[in-house]
Amino acid sequence: MNDVVICLLNPTSFDRAAQGLAGAGRRLAEELNAQLTAIVLSPQVPGIAREVAEVVDKVIVVDQGEYQPEPALSALTETCSQQSPAAVLFGNDTYSQEVTPRLAYRLGGAAVGDVVEVTIHEQALRVSRQVYGGKAQATIELKRTPAVLWTRSRSFVPANRLSEPGSVTELSLEIPIDTRTRIVERKRESQSEQRLEEARVIVSGGRGIGGPEPFNDELKPLAELLGAQLAASRAACDAGWVPPTLQVGQTGKKVTPDLYLAIAITGASQHMAGISEAKNIAAINTDPDAPIFKHCRFGIVEDYRKVVPLLRQKLQALQNSQR
Amino acid sequence: MNILVCIKQILDPEIPAREFRVDAAKHEAERGNANLVTNIFCENALETALQFREAFSDTKITVLSFGAATAEDSLRKALAMKADAAALVINDKTSNPDPLTVAQVLAAAIRKLGSFDLIMVGREAGDWGAGQTAGLLAEELRMPCVSFVDRLEPMNGGLRMNRQTDSGCEVLEAQTPLVVSITNDEHNVPRIPKVRDVMMSYRQPMTQWTLADLGYESEEDKYYEIVDLSIPRKESRCEFVTGDTLDERVESLAKRITEVTSAL
Repeated sequence: MNDVVICLLNPTSFDRAAQGLAGAGRRLAEELNAQLTAIVLSPQVPGIAREVAEVVDKVIVVDQGEYQPEPALSALTETCSQQSPAAVLFGNDTYSQEVTPRLAYRLGGAAVGDVVEVTIHEQALRVSRQVYGGKAQATIELKRTPAVLWTRSRSFVPANRLSEPGSVTELSLEIPIDTRTRIVERKRESQSEQRLEEARVIVSGGRGIGGPEPFNDELKPLAELLGAQLAASRAACDAGWVPPTLQVGQTGKKVTPDLYLAIAITGASQHMAGISEAKNIAAINTDPDAPIFKHCRFGIVEDYRKVVPLLRQKLQALQNSQR
Repeated sequence: MNILVCIKQILDPEIPAREFRVDAAKHEAERGNANLVTNIFCENALETALQFREAFSDTKITVLSFGAATAEDSLRKALAMKADAAALVINDKTSNPDPLTVAQVLAAAIRKLGSFDLIMVGREAGDWGAGQTAGLLAEELRMPCVSFVDRLEPMNGGLRMNRQTDSGCEVLEAQTPLVVSITNDEHNVPRIPKVRDVMMSYRQPMTQWTLADLGYESEEDKYYEIVDLSIPRKESRCEFVTGDTLDERVESLAKRITEVTSAL
Protein backbone atom coordinates (compact mmCIF):
# COMPACT_ATOMS: atom_id res chain seq x y z
CA MET A 1 0.00 0.00 0.00
CA ASN A 2 1.14 3.47 -0.83
CA ASP A 3 -1.61 5.55 0.65
CA VAL A 4 -1.39 8.90 2.34
CA VAL A 5 -3.06 9.41 5.70
CA ILE A 6 -3.85 12.72 7.37
CA CYS A 7 -4.65 12.81 11.09
CA LEU A 8 -6.89 15.29 12.91
CA LEU A 9 -6.59 15.05 16.67
CA ASN A 10 -9.39 16.24 18.93
CA PRO A 11 -10.69 18.61 16.22
CA THR A 12 -13.31 21.23 17.09
CA SER A 13 -13.79 22.24 13.44
CA PHE A 14 -12.53 21.50 9.93
CA ASP A 15 -10.46 24.67 10.10
CA ARG A 16 -8.07 26.25 7.62
CA ALA A 17 -5.15 24.27 9.09
CA ALA A 18 -6.98 20.98 8.56
CA GLN A 19 -8.00 22.04 5.05
CA GLY A 20 -4.36 22.85 4.22
CA LEU A 21 -3.35 19.48 5.61
CA ALA A 22 -5.87 17.78 3.32
CA GLY A 23 -4.46 19.80 0.42
CA ALA A 24 -0.90 18.69 1.13
CA GLY A 25 -2.12 15.13 1.58
CA ARG A 26 -4.05 15.16 -1.71
CA ARG A 27 -1.12 16.48 -3.75
CA LEU A 28 1.21 13.88 -2.28
CA ALA A 29 -1.35 11.11 -2.88
CA GLU A 30 -1.66 12.19 -6.52
CA GLU A 31 2.10 12.02 -6.97
CA LEU A 32 2.10 8.54 -5.48
CA ASN A 33 -1.00 7.59 -7.45
CA ALA A 34 -2.61 6.61 -4.17
CA GLN A 35 -5.67 7.19 -2.01
CA LEU A 36 -6.04 9.84 0.66
CA THR A 37 -7.40 8.70 4.01
CA ALA A 38 -8.21 10.86 7.03
CA ILE A 39 -8.13 9.57 10.59
CA VAL A 40 -10.32 11.77 12.76
CA LEU A 41 -9.45 10.98 16.37
CA SER A 42 -11.97 12.07 18.99
CA PRO A 43 -13.92 14.74 17.09
CA GLN A 44 -15.24 17.27 19.60
CA VAL A 45 -18.28 18.34 17.61
CA PRO A 46 -20.51 16.23 15.33
CA GLY A 47 -20.35 16.60 11.57
CA ILE A 48 -16.60 17.09 11.17
CA ALA A 49 -16.11 13.67 9.59
CA ARG A 50 -18.67 14.46 6.87
CA GLU A 51 -16.98 17.77 6.15
CA VAL A 52 -13.60 16.04 5.84
CA ALA A 53 -15.14 13.41 3.56
CA GLU A 54 -15.84 16.16 1.00
CA VAL A 55 -12.10 16.25 0.23
CA VAL A 56 -10.69 12.80 1.10
CA ASP A 57 -11.41 9.32 -0.25
CA LYS A 58 -11.97 7.69 3.12
CA VAL A 59 -12.56 8.95 6.65
CA ILE A 60 -11.95 6.74 9.68
CA VAL A 61 -13.42 8.08 12.91
CA VAL A 62 -12.00 6.81 16.18
CA ASP A 63 -13.78 8.26 19.18
CA GLN A 64 -11.89 8.15 22.47
CA GLY A 65 -13.55 11.01 24.29
CA GLU A 66 -11.07 13.81 24.80
CA TYR A 67 -7.43 13.49 23.78
CA GLN A 68 -5.10 11.75 26.23
CA PRO A 69 -1.47 11.22 25.14
CA GLU A 70 -0.93 7.48 25.66
CA PRO A 71 -4.33 6.15 24.47
CA ALA A 72 -4.22 8.50 21.45
CA LEU A 73 -0.80 7.16 20.47
CA SER A 74 -1.99 3.55 20.80
CA ALA A 75 -5.12 4.25 18.73
CA LEU A 76 -3.15 6.01 15.98
CA THR A 77 -0.57 3.22 15.90
CA GLU A 78 -3.25 0.59 15.45
CA THR A 79 -5.29 2.54 12.89
CA CYS A 80 -2.24 3.50 10.82
CA SER A 81 -0.88 -0.06 10.89
CA GLN A 82 -4.11 -1.27 9.29
CA GLN A 83 -3.60 1.21 6.43
CA SER A 84 0.19 0.63 5.97
CA PRO A 85 0.61 4.12 4.48
CA ALA A 86 3.59 5.72 2.74
CA ALA A 87 3.10 8.92 4.69
CA VAL A 88 1.12 10.10 7.72
CA LEU A 89 0.61 13.86 7.89
CA PHE A 90 -0.33 16.05 10.86
CA GLY A 91 -0.90 19.75 11.53
CA ASN A 92 1.17 21.83 13.94
CA ASP A 93 -1.06 21.73 17.02
CA THR A 94 0.39 20.66 20.39
CA TYR A 95 -1.06 17.16 20.26
CA SER A 96 0.26 16.50 16.76
CA GLN A 97 3.74 17.71 17.68
CA GLU A 98 3.72 15.44 20.70
CA VAL A 99 2.62 12.20 19.00
CA THR A 100 4.55 12.27 15.71
CA PRO A 101 8.03 11.03 16.78
CA ARG A 102 6.54 8.30 18.95
CA LEU A 103 4.11 7.21 16.23
CA ALA A 104 6.98 7.05 13.73
CA TYR A 105 8.90 4.88 16.19
CA ARG A 106 6.01 2.48 16.69
CA LEU A 107 5.34 2.20 12.96
CA GLY A 108 9.02 1.64 12.16
CA GLY A 109 9.04 4.89 10.19
CA ALA A 110 10.79 8.23 10.53
CA ALA A 111 9.43 11.58 11.69
CA VAL A 112 10.15 15.18 10.73
CA GLY A 113 8.44 18.20 12.23
CA ASP A 114 7.64 21.75 11.15
CA VAL A 115 7.57 20.71 7.51
CA VAL A 116 6.78 23.40 4.90
CA GLU A 117 7.24 21.35 1.72
CA VAL A 118 6.87 17.69 0.76
CA THR A 119 8.24 16.33 -2.52
CA ILE A 120 9.07 13.01 -4.14
CA HIS A 121 12.61 12.70 -5.45
CA GLU A 122 13.43 9.48 -7.30
CA GLN A 123 10.81 7.61 -5.28
CA ALA A 124 12.17 8.91 -1.97
CA LEU A 125 10.17 11.32 0.14
CA ARG A 126 11.87 14.64 0.81
CA VAL A 127 10.76 17.45 3.07
CA SER A 128 11.93 20.99 3.77
CA ARG A 129 12.08 22.72 7.10
CA GLN A 130 13.85 25.63 8.70
CA VAL A 131 16.82 25.00 10.96
CA TYR A 132 19.26 27.11 12.97
CA GLY A 133 16.48 29.38 14.13
CA GLY A 134 15.35 30.19 10.60
CA LYS A 135 18.84 31.10 9.41
CA ALA A 136 18.98 28.08 7.12
CA GLN A 137 16.68 25.71 5.26
CA ALA A 138 17.28 21.97 5.24
CA THR A 139 16.05 19.35 2.80
CA ILE A 140 15.69 16.00 4.51
CA GLU A 141 15.26 12.63 2.83
CA LEU A 142 13.33 10.09 4.89
CA LYS A 143 14.93 6.67 4.93
CA ARG A 144 12.13 4.74 6.59
CA THR A 145 8.46 4.18 5.80
CA PRO A 146 6.08 5.58 6.73
CA ALA A 147 7.14 9.21 6.82
CA VAL A 148 5.36 10.73 9.82
CA LEU A 149 5.28 14.50 9.46
CA TRP A 150 3.83 17.42 11.31
CA THR A 151 3.49 20.40 9.04
CA ARG A 152 2.76 24.11 8.99
CA SER A 153 -0.50 22.94 7.50
CA ARG A 154 -2.17 26.33 7.20
CA SER A 155 0.43 27.42 4.65
CA PHE A 156 -0.69 24.70 2.20
CA VAL A 157 -3.37 25.33 -0.41
CA PRO A 158 -6.62 23.57 0.64
CA ALA A 159 -7.83 20.46 -1.18
CA ASN A 160 -10.50 20.62 -3.85
CA ARG A 161 -13.90 19.14 -3.13
CA LEU A 162 -14.51 15.72 -4.62
CA SER A 163 -17.45 15.21 -6.96
CA GLU A 164 -18.47 12.26 -4.74
CA PRO A 165 -17.65 12.55 -1.05
CA GLY A 166 -15.48 9.83 0.47
CA SER A 167 -16.74 7.10 2.76
CA VAL A 168 -17.02 7.55 6.53
CA THR A 169 -16.49 4.60 8.84
CA GLU A 170 -16.38 4.44 12.60
CA LEU A 171 -13.72 2.23 14.06
CA SER A 172 -13.91 0.97 17.62
CA LEU A 173 -10.61 -0.23 18.97
CA GLU A 174 -9.72 -2.37 21.95
CA ILE A 175 -7.13 -0.04 23.45
CA PRO A 176 -5.76 -1.21 26.80
CA ILE A 177 -6.45 1.30 29.56
CA ASP A 178 -3.36 3.43 30.18
CA THR A 179 -3.58 5.95 33.01
CA ARG A 180 0.16 6.46 33.52
CA THR A 181 -0.39 10.03 32.33
CA ARG A 182 -3.69 11.87 32.47
CA ILE A 183 -4.74 15.36 31.42
CA VAL A 184 -6.94 16.45 34.34
CA GLU A 185 -7.58 20.05 33.41
CA ARG A 186 -7.62 22.04 30.13
CA LYS A 187 -7.44 25.82 30.40
CA ARG A 188 -7.96 28.00 27.38
CA GLU A 189 -6.45 31.46 27.30
CA SER A 190 -9.37 33.83 26.92
CA GLN A 191 -7.41 35.88 24.42
CA SER A 192 -6.70 33.00 22.10
CA GLU A 193 -10.28 32.01 21.39
CA GLN A 194 -9.12 31.73 17.83
CA ARG A 195 -5.79 29.94 17.55
CA LEU A 196 -2.98 32.28 16.56
CA GLU A 197 -1.95 29.70 13.98
CA GLU A 198 -5.36 30.15 12.33
CA ALA A 199 -5.36 33.95 12.26
CA ARG A 200 -5.52 35.69 8.88
CA VAL A 201 -4.36 39.03 10.24
CA ILE A 202 -1.94 39.44 13.15
CA VAL A 203 -0.90 42.63 14.93
CA SER A 204 2.32 41.94 16.81
CA GLY A 205 4.41 44.02 19.21
CA GLY A 206 8.04 43.77 20.25
CA ARG A 207 10.50 45.06 22.80
CA GLY A 208 10.10 48.61 21.47
CA ILE A 209 6.49 48.73 22.70
CA GLY A 210 7.95 49.42 26.12
CA GLY A 211 5.36 48.02 28.52
CA PRO A 212 2.03 46.23 29.02
CA GLU A 213 -0.15 49.36 28.78
CA PRO A 214 0.52 50.19 25.11
CA PHE A 215 -0.33 46.57 24.23
CA ASN A 216 -3.70 47.05 25.86
CA ASP A 217 -4.38 50.67 24.94
CA GLU A 218 -2.87 50.91 21.45
CA LEU A 219 -2.26 47.49 19.84
CA LYS A 220 -5.36 45.70 21.07
CA PRO A 221 -7.82 48.30 19.68
CA LEU A 222 -5.88 48.28 16.40
CA ALA A 223 -6.16 44.49 16.26
CA GLU A 224 -9.88 44.65 16.97
CA LEU A 225 -10.36 47.20 14.21
CA LEU A 226 -8.62 44.88 11.74
CA GLY A 227 -10.32 41.73 13.00
CA ALA A 228 -6.81 40.60 13.86
CA GLN A 229 -5.24 38.50 16.59
CA LEU A 230 -2.73 40.09 18.95
CA ALA A 231 0.75 38.56 19.16
CA ALA A 232 4.19 39.49 20.50
CA SER A 233 7.90 38.82 20.22
CA ARG A 234 9.80 36.79 22.76
CA ALA A 235 11.23 39.95 24.35
CA ALA A 236 7.74 41.31 25.04
CA CYS A 237 6.55 37.98 26.47
CA ASP A 238 9.68 37.48 28.60
CA ALA A 239 9.16 40.97 30.00
CA GLY A 240 5.72 39.82 31.16
CA TRP A 241 3.85 42.46 29.15
CA VAL A 242 1.63 39.82 27.49
CA PRO A 243 1.05 36.10 28.20
CA PRO A 244 3.57 33.62 26.73
CA THR A 245 0.82 32.05 24.60
CA LEU A 246 1.04 35.13 22.37
CA GLN A 247 4.71 34.55 21.55
CA VAL A 248 5.59 34.18 17.88
CA GLY A 249 9.00 32.93 16.77
CA GLN A 250 11.33 29.98 16.90
CA THR A 251 10.44 29.25 20.52
CA GLY A 252 6.83 30.38 20.17
CA LYS A 253 4.10 29.95 17.59
CA LYS A 254 4.74 29.50 13.88
CA VAL A 255 2.06 31.55 12.17
CA THR A 256 0.88 31.87 8.58
CA PRO A 257 -1.39 34.94 8.31
CA ASP A 258 -2.16 36.88 5.16
CA LEU A 259 -0.94 40.01 6.90
CA TYR A 260 1.54 40.23 9.78
CA LEU A 261 1.88 43.77 11.08
CA ALA A 262 5.10 43.95 13.14
CA ILE A 263 5.19 46.93 15.46
CA ALA A 264 8.46 47.88 17.18
CA ILE A 265 9.89 44.46 16.33
CA THR A 266 13.50 44.42 15.08
CA GLY A 267 13.10 41.12 13.26
CA ALA A 268 15.82 38.88 14.68
CA SER A 269 16.08 35.59 12.78
CA GLN A 270 14.51 33.77 15.76
CA HIS A 271 11.41 35.89 15.36
CA MET A 272 11.40 35.61 11.58
CA ALA A 273 11.44 31.80 11.93
CA GLY A 274 7.88 32.08 13.22
CA ILE A 275 6.53 34.18 10.36
CA SER A 276 8.40 32.93 7.30
CA GLU A 277 5.17 31.54 5.83
CA ALA A 278 3.24 34.81 6.28
CA LYS A 279 1.91 36.08 2.94
CA ASN A 280 2.54 39.77 3.66
CA ILE A 281 4.67 41.34 6.35
CA ALA A 282 4.40 45.05 7.17
CA ALA A 283 6.33 46.94 9.83
CA ILE A 284 6.29 50.08 11.91
CA ASN A 285 9.77 50.76 13.26
CA THR A 286 11.96 53.75 14.08
CA ASP A 287 15.09 52.11 12.66
CA PRO A 288 15.25 52.08 8.83
CA ASP A 289 18.00 49.44 9.04
CA ALA A 290 15.97 47.06 11.22
CA PRO A 291 16.16 43.55 9.71
CA ILE A 292 12.36 43.31 9.72
CA PHE A 293 12.18 45.68 6.73
CA LYS A 294 14.16 43.20 4.61
CA HIS A 295 11.18 40.86 4.85
CA CYS A 296 8.45 43.48 4.48
CA ARG A 297 6.08 44.13 1.62
CA PHE A 298 5.57 47.64 2.97
CA GLY A 299 6.38 49.68 6.05
CA ILE A 300 6.87 53.02 7.72
CA VAL A 301 9.92 54.37 9.55
CA GLU A 302 8.40 56.19 12.49
CA ASP A 303 7.71 55.86 16.20
CA TYR A 304 4.69 53.59 16.64
CA ARG A 305 3.36 55.93 19.35
CA LYS A 306 2.78 58.52 16.65
CA VAL A 307 1.63 56.09 13.98
CA VAL A 308 -0.80 53.75 15.71
CA PRO A 309 -3.38 56.26 17.04
CA LEU A 310 -3.44 57.98 13.65
CA LEU A 311 -3.58 54.66 11.83
CA ARG A 312 -6.65 53.65 13.83
CA GLN A 313 -8.42 56.88 12.76
CA LYS A 314 -7.48 56.38 9.13
CA LEU A 315 -8.54 52.73 9.08
CA GLN A 316 -11.80 53.61 10.78
CA ALA A 317 -12.43 56.33 8.19
CA LEU A 318 -11.65 53.92 5.33
CA GLN A 319 -13.96 51.30 6.80
CA ASN A 320 -16.77 53.86 7.18
CA SER A 321 -16.37 55.05 3.60
CA GLN A 322 -16.58 51.49 2.32
CA ARG A 323 -19.91 50.88 3.99
CA MET B 1 13.32 11.26 43.28
CA ASN B 2 16.13 10.36 40.92
CA ILE B 3 16.18 12.85 38.04
CA LEU B 4 18.19 12.76 34.82
CA VAL B 5 18.49 15.87 32.66
CA CYS B 6 19.73 15.62 29.07
CA ILE B 7 21.98 18.48 27.95
CA LYS B 8 22.97 19.45 24.42
CA GLN B 9 25.80 21.77 23.45
CA ILE B 10 25.11 23.80 20.33
CA LEU B 11 26.49 26.61 18.21
CA ASP B 12 25.41 29.90 19.80
CA PRO B 13 21.99 30.55 18.21
CA GLU B 14 22.29 34.27 18.97
CA ILE B 15 24.95 34.90 16.32
CA PRO B 16 23.69 37.45 13.81
CA ALA B 17 22.35 36.12 10.51
CA ARG B 18 24.97 38.06 8.53
CA GLU B 19 27.76 36.05 10.21
CA PHE B 20 26.04 32.72 9.71
CA ARG B 21 27.55 30.43 7.04
CA VAL B 22 26.89 26.86 6.05
CA ASP B 23 29.25 24.21 4.75
CA ALA B 24 27.16 23.10 1.78
CA ALA B 25 29.15 19.90 1.26
CA LYS B 26 28.94 18.71 4.86
CA HIS B 27 25.39 20.05 5.37
CA GLU B 28 26.43 21.75 8.57
CA ALA B 29 26.78 25.25 9.95
CA GLU B 30 30.32 26.60 9.99
CA ARG B 31 31.65 27.24 13.45
CA GLY B 32 33.31 30.57 12.51
CA ASN B 33 33.83 32.77 15.56
CA ALA B 34 30.67 31.56 17.27
CA ASN B 35 30.72 30.25 20.83
CA LEU B 36 29.48 26.84 21.83
CA VAL B 37 26.71 27.15 24.40
CA THR B 38 24.23 24.94 26.22
CA ASN B 39 20.89 24.78 24.43
CA ILE B 40 18.51 27.10 26.30
CA PHE B 41 15.66 24.58 26.73
CA CYS B 42 18.15 22.13 28.27
CA GLU B 43 19.06 24.82 30.79
CA ASN B 44 15.35 25.45 31.43
CA ALA B 45 15.07 21.70 32.10
CA LEU B 46 18.00 21.75 34.50
CA GLU B 47 16.61 24.83 36.27
CA THR B 48 13.24 23.07 36.66
CA ALA B 49 15.06 20.07 38.18
CA LEU B 50 17.11 22.25 40.54
CA GLN B 51 13.97 24.00 41.81
CA PHE B 52 12.31 20.61 42.27
CA ARG B 53 15.25 19.50 44.44
CA GLU B 54 15.10 22.73 46.46
CA ALA B 55 11.42 22.18 47.20
CA PHE B 56 11.61 18.42 47.78
CA SER B 57 14.73 17.08 49.43
CA ASP B 58 15.99 13.58 48.72
CA THR B 59 16.28 14.43 45.04
CA LYS B 60 19.37 13.63 43.01
CA ILE B 61 20.09 15.25 39.66
CA THR B 62 22.33 13.66 37.03
CA VAL B 63 23.12 15.48 33.79
CA LEU B 64 23.92 13.55 30.61
CA SER B 65 25.19 14.75 27.25
CA PHE B 66 25.93 13.06 23.94
CA GLY B 67 28.17 15.18 21.75
CA ALA B 68 31.67 16.30 20.89
CA ALA B 69 34.40 16.34 23.56
CA THR B 70 33.69 20.07 23.95
CA ALA B 71 30.28 19.18 25.43
CA GLU B 72 32.21 18.66 28.66
CA ASP B 73 31.98 22.45 29.13
CA SER B 74 28.18 22.33 29.10
CA LEU B 75 28.25 19.56 31.72
CA ARG B 76 30.77 21.50 33.86
CA LYS B 77 28.42 24.47 33.74
CA ALA B 78 25.55 22.18 34.83
CA LEU B 79 27.69 20.99 37.76
CA ALA B 80 28.43 24.63 38.60
CA MET B 81 24.65 25.22 38.64
CA LYS B 82 24.68 22.39 41.22
CA ALA B 83 23.71 19.23 39.41
CA ASP B 84 24.93 16.26 41.51
CA ALA B 85 26.62 14.15 38.83
CA ALA B 86 27.52 14.31 35.16
CA ALA B 87 28.14 11.86 32.33
CA LEU B 88 29.34 12.47 28.78
CA VAL B 89 29.08 10.13 25.82
CA ILE B 90 31.63 11.31 23.31
CA ASN B 91 30.42 11.14 19.74
CA ASP B 92 33.38 9.80 17.78
CA LYS B 93 31.27 8.89 14.75
CA THR B 94 28.86 11.06 12.77
CA SER B 95 28.99 14.77 13.46
CA ASN B 96 25.26 15.30 13.09
CA PRO B 97 23.48 12.18 14.33
CA ASP B 98 19.80 11.74 13.42
CA PRO B 99 17.16 11.91 16.19
CA LEU B 100 16.77 8.13 16.51
CA THR B 101 20.54 7.66 16.93
CA VAL B 102 20.56 10.33 19.64
CA ALA B 103 17.69 8.64 21.49
CA GLN B 104 19.28 5.20 21.23
CA VAL B 105 22.64 6.42 22.53
CA LEU B 106 21.04 8.37 25.38
CA ALA B 107 18.88 5.34 26.28
CA ALA B 108 21.97 3.09 26.37
CA ALA B 109 23.78 5.58 28.62
CA ILE B 110 20.74 5.94 30.91
CA ARG B 111 20.49 2.17 31.36
CA LYS B 112 24.17 2.06 32.26
CA LEU B 113 23.85 4.95 34.72
CA GLY B 114 21.07 3.33 36.74
CA SER B 115 17.36 3.78 37.13
CA PHE B 116 15.63 7.15 37.07
CA ASP B 117 12.16 8.27 38.06
CA LEU B 118 12.08 11.30 35.83
CA ILE B 119 13.96 12.11 32.63
CA MET B 120 13.90 15.72 31.50
CA VAL B 121 14.74 16.87 27.99
CA GLY B 122 14.64 20.34 26.43
CA ARG B 123 11.71 20.86 24.07
CA GLU B 124 13.98 21.36 21.04
CA ALA B 125 17.50 22.49 20.25
CA GLY B 126 18.45 25.84 18.79
CA ASP B 127 20.48 24.26 15.98
CA TRP B 128 18.52 21.51 14.19
CA GLY B 129 15.38 21.93 16.27
CA ALA B 130 14.01 18.48 15.43
CA GLY B 131 12.21 18.29 18.78
CA GLN B 132 12.16 14.48 18.79
CA THR B 133 14.50 13.45 21.63
CA ALA B 134 11.88 13.27 24.39
CA GLY B 135 9.41 11.21 22.36
CA LEU B 136 11.94 8.78 20.89
CA LEU B 137 13.74 8.38 24.22
CA ALA B 138 10.42 7.56 25.90
CA GLU B 139 9.83 4.87 23.27
CA GLU B 140 13.35 3.43 23.65
CA LEU B 141 12.91 3.27 27.44
CA ARG B 142 9.25 2.10 27.23
CA MET B 143 8.10 5.05 29.32
CA PRO B 144 5.18 7.44 28.84
CA CYS B 145 5.95 11.00 27.81
CA VAL B 146 4.52 14.47 28.43
CA SER B 147 5.62 17.37 26.20
CA PHE B 148 5.99 21.14 26.73
CA VAL B 149 6.01 20.97 30.55
CA ASP B 150 6.92 24.20 32.39
CA ARG B 151 6.27 23.26 36.04
CA LEU B 152 6.05 20.05 38.04
CA GLU B 153 5.71 18.84 41.62
CA PRO B 154 5.30 15.51 43.41
CA MET B 155 1.80 14.23 44.11
CA ASN B 156 0.68 10.90 45.70
CA GLY B 157 3.83 9.08 44.70
CA GLY B 158 3.59 10.48 41.18
CA LEU B 159 3.85 13.90 39.59
CA ARG B 160 1.50 16.77 38.87
CA MET B 161 2.56 19.14 36.12
CA ASN B 162 1.58 22.08 34.00
CA ARG B 163 2.20 22.19 30.29
CA GLN B 164 1.76 24.83 27.59
CA THR B 165 -0.53 24.11 24.67
CA ASP B 166 -1.36 26.10 21.56
CA SER B 167 -4.57 27.34 23.13
CA GLY B 168 -3.52 27.78 26.76
CA CYS B 169 -2.31 25.22 29.25
CA GLU B 170 -3.11 21.83 30.71
CA VAL B 171 -2.62 20.17 34.07
CA LEU B 172 -1.51 16.53 34.00
CA GLU B 173 -1.01 13.85 36.60
CA ALA B 174 1.49 11.12 35.88
CA GLN B 175 3.14 8.09 37.38
CA THR B 176 6.87 7.64 37.31
CA PRO B 177 9.04 6.66 35.55
CA LEU B 178 8.31 9.35 33.02
CA VAL B 179 9.98 11.36 30.26
CA VAL B 180 9.06 15.04 29.96
CA SER B 181 10.09 17.70 27.49
CA ILE B 182 10.56 21.10 29.11
CA THR B 183 9.68 24.45 27.62
CA ASN B 184 10.58 27.91 28.88
CA ASP B 185 8.48 29.92 31.29
CA GLU B 186 9.05 32.86 33.60
CA HIS B 187 9.62 30.36 36.47
CA ASN B 188 12.47 28.37 34.92
CA VAL B 189 14.88 31.05 33.69
CA PRO B 190 18.26 29.34 34.24
CA ARG B 191 20.33 30.61 37.17
CA ILE B 192 23.82 32.01 36.58
CA PRO B 193 26.44 29.90 38.37
CA LYS B 194 28.89 31.61 40.72
CA VAL B 195 32.44 32.02 39.41
CA ARG B 196 33.73 29.97 42.31
CA ASP B 197 31.34 27.13 41.51
CA VAL B 198 32.43 27.20 37.88
CA MET B 199 36.04 26.78 38.96
CA MET B 200 35.11 24.06 41.45
CA SER B 201 33.15 22.18 38.79
CA TYR B 202 36.39 21.33 36.99
CA ARG B 203 37.53 19.34 40.03
CA GLN B 204 34.39 17.24 40.16
CA PRO B 205 34.36 13.74 38.70
CA MET B 206 32.68 13.16 35.35
CA THR B 207 31.85 9.86 33.75
CA GLN B 208 33.10 9.69 30.15
CA TRP B 209 32.16 6.99 27.70
CA THR B 210 32.72 6.35 24.03
CA LEU B 211 30.05 4.75 21.85
CA ALA B 212 32.04 1.52 22.05
CA ASP B 213 31.88 1.64 25.87
CA LEU B 214 28.09 1.61 25.56
CA GLY B 215 28.23 -1.25 23.08
CA TYR B 216 26.34 0.99 20.70
CA GLU B 217 26.32 0.04 17.07
CA SER B 218 24.44 2.11 14.55
CA GLU B 219 21.62 0.42 12.71
CA GLU B 220 22.02 -0.24 9.02
CA ASP B 221 18.91 1.55 7.86
CA LYS B 222 19.12 5.22 8.61
CA TYR B 223 16.27 7.29 10.03
CA TYR B 224 16.72 10.23 7.72
CA GLU B 225 19.45 12.09 5.93
CA ILE B 226 20.10 15.80 5.39
CA VAL B 227 20.52 16.15 1.62
CA ASP B 228 20.73 19.93 1.42
CA LEU B 229 21.40 22.84 3.74
CA SER B 230 21.29 26.37 2.44
CA ILE B 231 20.69 29.94 3.51
CA PRO B 232 17.46 31.12 1.92
CA ARG B 233 17.69 34.31 -0.12
CA LYS B 234 14.24 35.72 0.30
CA GLU B 235 14.75 39.44 0.33
CA SER B 236 11.58 41.14 -0.72
CA ARG B 237 11.94 44.84 -1.33
CA CYS B 238 10.13 46.89 1.23
CA GLU B 239 8.00 49.74 -0.04
CA PHE B 240 8.29 52.59 2.45
CA VAL B 241 5.08 54.57 2.39
CA THR B 242 5.55 58.10 1.12
CA GLY B 243 4.01 61.46 1.84
CA ASP B 244 5.03 64.99 2.82
CA THR B 245 3.55 64.80 6.31
CA LEU B 246 3.13 62.07 8.89
CA ASP B 247 -0.60 62.26 8.27
CA GLU B 248 -0.15 61.51 4.57
CA ARG B 249 2.26 58.67 5.22
CA VAL B 250 -0.06 57.01 7.74
CA GLU B 251 -2.96 57.53 5.34
CA SER B 252 -1.11 55.59 2.67
CA LEU B 253 -0.12 52.93 5.23
CA ALA B 254 -3.80 52.54 6.13
CA LYS B 255 -4.65 52.17 2.43
CA ARG B 256 -2.01 49.50 1.89
CA ILE B 257 -3.26 47.58 4.93
CA THR B 258 -6.85 47.84 3.73
CA GLU B 259 -5.88 46.59 0.26
CA VAL B 260 -4.50 43.41 1.80
CA THR B 261 -7.25 42.85 4.36
CA SER B 262 -10.19 43.66 2.10
CA ALA B 263 -8.97 41.04 -0.37
CA LEU B 264 -9.58 38.40 2.30
